[in-house]
Amino acid sequence: MSTDVVNGIAYWLRRLGGAVTGVVAQLGYVARFLVAVLWHTPAAFRRIHLTLREIYFSGVLSLVIILMSGLFVGMVLSLQGYETLKRYGADEQLGILVALALVRELGPVLAGLLFASRAGSAITAEIGLMKTTEQLAAMEMMAVDPLARVVAPRFWGGVISMPLLAALFSAFGIFGGYIVGVRLIGIDAGAFWGQMKAGVNVWPDVTNGIIKSLVFGAAVSLIAVFEGYEARPTAEGVASATTRTVVISSLTILALDFVMTVFMFRGANAG
Amino acid sequence: MNRSTIDLWVGIFVAVGFGAILFLALKVGNLITLDRTPGYHLEASFDNIGGLKLRAPVKAAGVVVGRVEAVRLDPKSYDAVVTLRIDRDYQFSKDTIAAINTSGLLGEVYIGLDAGGDTVMLNDGDRIKKTQSAVVIEKLISQFLFEKASESANAGGGADQASPKPPGKTAEGARK
Repeated sequence: MSTDVVNGIAYWLRRLGGAVTGVVAQLGYVARFLVAVLWHTPAAFRRIHLTLREIYFSGVLSLVIILMSGLFVGMVLSLQGYETLKRYGADEQLGILVALALVRELGPVLAGLLFASRAGSAITAEIGLMKTTEQLAAMEMMAVDPLARVVAPRFWGGVISMPLLAALFSAFGIFGGYIVGVRLIGIDAGAFWGQMKAGVNVWPDVTNGIIKSLVFGAAVSLIAVFEGYEARPTAEGVASATTRTVVISSLTILALDFVMTVFMFRGANAG
Repeated sequence: MNRSTIDLWVGIFVAVGFGAILFLALKVGNLITLDRTPGYHLEASFDNIGGLKLRAPVKAAGVVVGRVEAVRLDPKSYDAVVTLRIDRDYQFSKDTIAAINTSGLLGEVYIGLDAGGDTVMLNDGDRIKKTQSAVVIEKLISQFLFEKASESANAGGGADQASPKPPGKTAEGARK
């Protein structure tokens, strides 16, 4: 009787321990993978057109969805913000609200989420399919390191594209906010831009937004190439790896955003 | 898609992206403000700074002439010492009065400078002698209630105990 209880507790403790060591081992594996990618970066940059091609696929082809989303997010933000600010007679502060929300949070986070689903999933599927069709193995046979030829350019393509996409998202969002706030609702244009300029600081607001988007870009790209490289070489494996990329990247972005916001803006807000 | 087309698109993308960053820095943020222009520092001590924050504007006649750069507590006098960074273009006389004001009921807290008539100007590192502290709403209310109470208490007798003021320094008294 009592041995059953002890055995039961030991079973659950063992499962808990197994889960924790599994997570730690996975993290260590990802870290080693990142080091390997960084180690092969000089070799990848020596053929810069590979990285440029990835910037084209991850960055340029994401432009339409990023710009359209930014525009609409800014417009909605402006519309909703106006409704609330109007109650306190502070509708001229709309510029600050739209700009700060976009530059600090929404720009990097939403651009990161869109980037994860638009470009991250494509990277995972591409590398996973290369693995499934044994193209990676073939490269190794030809003494071409797939980390340098395939993985590193995709990683850097994402890292470079992401801050630019986030900045464009914020800029178009502010433009959308301007269209709704000034053109449609009729807030004074001078107040809109003037309040915005007075309330938004390059340091910490704009720079921290750029730092955030850089971190998100690195995280999403790393997750995407890792999941693709470690995908089970079957059709099902590639499918589940692609799904995992989107889910894990999105959760990572939101968690990292919270942590970074705590460190970046706690002091700035308390004054 | 050949290589030169990709190069062209990537070039456009990077240029537009940096353009957006520049737009955020220049048009949205205040990169070119008084921070970059050369300035000098003044100090002013207040009994109470209320809700004054770092980087709050310093205004003279409503025009922003500088920013609050540092706030610390004087360990001896227990006054708040505020360091102001003033734009080099603006000079203020020795008898300038610094006051902590609020724009509107919910508006931002700023430091207002009222220039005096002295011909000697304040230099870098000087201290503004005359200051007016922030108005603390709770203090005003309690003062008002105290006055009302003493008024009704003295309604029958003589009013020799007129207008009891809360203990405040000379500068605060001058405000009323």
